[in-house]
Parts: sequence; C-alpha cells; structure tokens
Amino acid sequence: MSQPQSLFDKIWAAHEVQPESSRAPAILYIDLHLIHEVTSPQGFDVLRERGIPVRRPGRTLGTIDHSTPTLPPRDGVRPYVTEQARIQVETLKNNCEEFGIELHGWDSPHRGIVHVIGPELGVSQPGLTIVCGDSHTSTHGAFGALAFGIGTTQVGHVLATQCLLMGRPKSMRVSVDGETGKGVTAKDIVLHIINHIGVDGGTGHVIEYAGSAIRGLSMEGRMTVCNMSIEAGARAGMVAPDATTLDYLRDRPKLQGQDFDALAERWLALASDADASYDRDVQIDAAEIAPRVTYGTHPGMSIPVDGVIPDPASDSDRKALEYMGLDSNRPISGHDIDVVFIGSCTNSRIEDLREAASVVAGKQVADGVDMLVVPGSEQVRIQAEAEGLHQIFENAGAQWRIPGCSMCLGMNGDIVSPGATAISTSNRNFEGRQGPGARTLLASPATAAASALAGSVADPRTVEISTLEVA
Amino acid sequence: MEPMTRLTSTTLVLPEENIDTDQIIPARYLTTTASSGFADAAFRDWRFDANDQPIGDCVLNEPDAPNRKILVAGANFGCGSSREHAPWALRDFGFRVVVSSRIADIFSGNARNCGVLPVVVSEEDNAWLLANPGAEVTVDVEQGTIEFNDRKVAFELDEFSRYRFMNGQDVLGYILAQGEAIDAYEQRVENP
Ligand code: SF4
Repeated sequence: MSQPQSLFDKIWAAHEVQPESSRAPAILYIDLHLIHEVTSPQGFDVLRERGIPVRRPGRTLGTIDHSTPTLPPRDGVRPYVTEQARIQVETLKNNCEEFGIELHGWDSPHRGIVHVIGPELGVSQPGLTIVCGDSHTSTHGAFGALAFGIGTTQVGHVLATQCLLMGRPKSMRVSVDGETGKGVTAKDIVLHIINHIGVDGGTGHVIEYAGSAIRGLSMEGRMTVCNMSIEAGARAGMVAPDATTLDYLRDRPKLQGQDFDALAERWLALASDADASYDRDVQIDAAEIAPRVTYGTHPGMSIPVDGVIPDPASDSDRKALEYMGLDSNRPISGHDIDVVFIGSCTNSRIEDLREAASVVAGKQVADGVDMLVVPGSEQVRIQAEAEGLHQIFENAGAQWRIPGCSMCLGMNGDIVSPGATAISTSNRNFEGRQGPGARTLLASPATAAASALAGSVADPRTVEISTLEVA
Repeated sequence: MEPMTRLTSTTLVLPEENIDTDQIIPARYLTTTASSGFADAAFRDWRFDANDQPIGDCVLNEPDAPNRKILVAGANFGCGSSREHAPWALRDFGFRVVVSSRIADIFSGNARNCGVLPVVVSEEDNAWLLANPGAEVTVDVEQGTIEFNDRKVAFELDEFSRYRFMNGQDVLGYILAQGEAIDAYEQRVENP
C-alpha cells in the first residue's frame, strides 16, 4: 500500500516537473498565475530583454487593484495618487495586450482585489498550484489549492516557463475543534491562531487548517483564515475541499461548460488521507476563541477585545506599545479610534459587508470618526448595492468606495494620518502600513463596525445586531 | 547578479525583531516600474522624518552606513509582503548579506534572486552580533561559513544557491534549459 498522503503531499507530487535532488530544488508546475500592476512590470521586462513570450497566457490572469483610486473619476479623469501610479496601471494593460493575457481592467465587471476575483470567477480551484506576486495568495488555499506568494523575479520565471524552482516546504496541521462562542468570526479564529503559534511560527511550512470549526466556516470564512497564513510566516494555508467548496464553485463563470461532477469527484479525493502525517500538529479548542483585536505592530500581538494589554516581554514589544500610544495593564476596549476601514482581501467579501452592515444599520458612526467601506471587487460592489448595503453604510455616515486594496496598504493615497488610530479589517498592523505614522488595530468586520459606532474599541457582543432585509 | 565568493565587512545592526517589508520599503515607493534605484527608499521612515529631514540617531544615517555590506537584524527579519522591492532596496543601499536568527521565507527567496545572501545563525550567535555593532564579519560562500569574534560557524546554504552566488548566475536560464521536461509534463497532464 502506498504512503498515506496529505492534501499538500498530493498536490505537490502532481506538480513536480522535476523532483528535488541534492543538486537543485524541485521544478514545480504552476497551473494559475495571477498578476497585478505592482509586482509584474519588471517580470515582463525580463521577457522582453530575452525576447521570449509568455509560455501560457491562458494560465495567466490580470487585474488592477493596488494603485487604483477608490474615488470615482472627476471630469472623466481617475484621481490617481501620482502620475507614476497611473503609468503603472497603464503598463499592466499594455503588457497584457502585448502578451495576450486576460486582464480585468477598469471596464471589467470582474475587476477587484486579485484574491477576491480569482475565487469569484471560479479560476481558483481545488488541486491547483496558484501563485501571484503577492503574499496573500495563500487566500486561494481555502479551495484546497496550493497557493502562495512569490517575488517579482519569480513572476518573470512563471511568465517565461510556467514553472518555479522551489524547495519543498514542511507541513503543519492546525486543527480547530468545537463550537465557537458568540460573536466569533473567521477573523477572530485566525488572529487567535497567529497569536498561538507566533508571528513566525509557520515559517517554512504550509498549513492545513482542519477540525470542525474550520469545516463549519463558509468559503468566505475559510478564505479569511487562509489569507492570514502568511502573518504567521507560513508559505501557504489550505483547507480540504468538501461540499461547501463544491457549492461555492458550481455556478462560477469559468466553470461553465465543464463536467462539474467529474471535477467534483477528483476534487473530493484530494482530502488528506486519514493517517497522513505532518511535520507539526497544533490543536486549538474553538471554545477558547474570543473576538480579538491587535494592540501592537505585528499581527501576532492580539488579545480578546475585552482583555487587558499585556506587559511588554521585550524591547520590540515596548517599542510597539510606544508606537501605538498604548499602556500595558489597561483594557483595549474603550481606546479611542479615528478611522474605521472595512475592506482588503481579508474581509471585503459580501459576507463581511453584511456583517458590518448588520451592526451599523439604523445607527450613526461616532462624531469625528471616518469610516471607509471598500468592497473587494466589482461583483461584491454590485451585489452589495443590490442588497442596499451601500445605503446602510452611507446613512450611518460611512463612505462607500470603488473596489481596490485602498487603505490596506495605502498605496493609492487612501491613508490614515500620522498618529491617528484606525481599526481595520485588513491583515497587517505594521508601523506605517496604512500611512506614515498611522496606528492600526486589526479586527473583524463586526468588531470594527461596533467600534465605529462607539468611537472607541468596542465588543461586538454588546451591540444590537439588525437582521438585514435583502432588498 | 554580481558573483560573491567571500566577503568581509563591518556590520550594521538593527536589533528590532520582526522587521517587516513595510519598514524596509514603504508602500508609497512601489508605484514604479523600475527594478533599481531604491537606495533612497530603503528604511525611508526610519531614516527621515515627515519633513524629509534625516533622523539624527538612526544608524542607517551614519556616513559610513552604505559601506557596511552586512546587515545584522533581530529575529524574523523580512516578514510581511512579498515585495521584491525590499531586497532591491537593501541591495541598492549597499548590503550584500543579511544575518538574523530567523528570516522570513518569501524575503529569503527574493533576496537570493537579487544577489543578497540571507544567512541564518543561532539565537546565541545572533545575540552576540546584535550586541557588537560594527564587528568585522566574514562570510564565505564557498565554505558556507560565517566568521566573527574568532569563531567560524556553518550556515545553511543549498548547493544550488552556492553555485549561483559564486557564479553570479540567475535562475531563469536554468529553468528555461528544462524546456523538454516542462513540455513532457504538460503533454502528460493536459493530454493524458
Ligand atoms: S488588500 Fe491588502 S493585503 Fe490584500 S492584496 Fe491588496 S494590499 Fe495586499
């Protein structure tokens, strides 16, 4: 009998063009290459320098998201933050035209954050190897794909050869079993996991998320969890395909005209064998997870929203608290905020927007707080507007924007002012991530929305949640 | 990339843990389509204040900082985004080697691809290096060793990377040369 294999083992083995040897790493075949404007231009330059084509344009898909303005055109002109940003977007358009690559640009109803549109279109499928010049490519692992971020030199490699040179990562299984408590979302689960294994606890590993609490999540929730694998240092995160996966994928545009039942059978067989082994196994009790919020300058520094900021354990911790303007041994709840950001590839899908809208519906964002809601894609925007969510946000005093990465990394000019504190549904709270001197607290959409109403960090379990009527 | 066999330099030390790629190069410097010219952007917000004035006590602003080819940093260096602009910025600033007790995966790969050598040492060795800024350190790529404080310790360097650093060779040529194997793979998987 053959060795029991994990989901990761199966995908890795199926994609080895050349196995690892003592002389060189493995050559791994890449099924899907997602590209965006920021990390691709220098990759295309390499092709031109060498005079070679894109090997498989049909396995490559582009979108614009990072440098794109989220305010509508003024007098027909898109308000780019700089001319350079506009040129960067133009460059991707030209590169895609020159090399024959499908691009979801300004005029596409599928444009959006790269990690939101891949799943929506149905190109992110179980069993595939998926890469993108972006560390949150781990998001697509929610479908049982091996998906990870690469650098720009590697973008060039994949464009030219559809392959990557890669050492085999180690494997880790994180099982979350049991029932989660009231108000606990996928975001809280992953913040808990990162805090538990450490911000570099996943370095060198691919994580498989398992257990009943993970199985119980929707695809949106699984994407949120896999998305933040990189914040624990992991190369990738994945969840085995099951009925939830199939239900999500069945009607997706890029799967039409295919024998779905045959695909489904193949996909379900990818699940890890019962006695597959992992280099590391981590167990988490779902009942111990509370709604969480970060208080420091990396995503591992989080506490329950009703918890107390711990004493710094190192100089780095001390520096982080100083940067954040927070004192230890004080509750985080009640700490004043200036900005609320609902968006990013972690939490900008329709479920996330519904979650936030159900908290703010019929209420008002606190005076002096700016709240920005940025849907992850055109499809999410269209759906949200059909459900009237944009109106709920606007009536509460929030701004409703055009899809993009926006304030997650503040590249497009959507930034938090120096010294101001934002509570954000994004994935990174590094110093200056949301703008020079900006302070970031990471939380779920529900916690961020509850905090918007209070004007300070608030526990989502203490606010009234409206049942939204789908318009 | 420039070949590197053996390199001796004094170190520059950044003792902070978890130095992420947003620190190494802030996002506002990523709206470029070029792959060089990032020296000014390296650690921009550590080196300059909001009015673009140099911050006095930042070691990266010391006049001989660009001559120090070896950066020693606290654990988990290079975490965060996959932007290759981060090692490009370190390279353009003048660093050829980054030493830490833990270096993030994507950053490590990117650094190797642009000729910056990641060297992972034990926590004890890193603690000594962090405590002795400006120490003279030699990195020997051929032997895979790092020498400091009259000690010589081995670090992990795979055969392939060693060859590439010593010969200044990039990876693309190697993968392109496997064209037949890639053809065969596609044939097998796509037309079974
Ligand atoms: S939303 Fe943020 S994390 Fe996601 S791809 Fe955009 S910049 Fe990266």
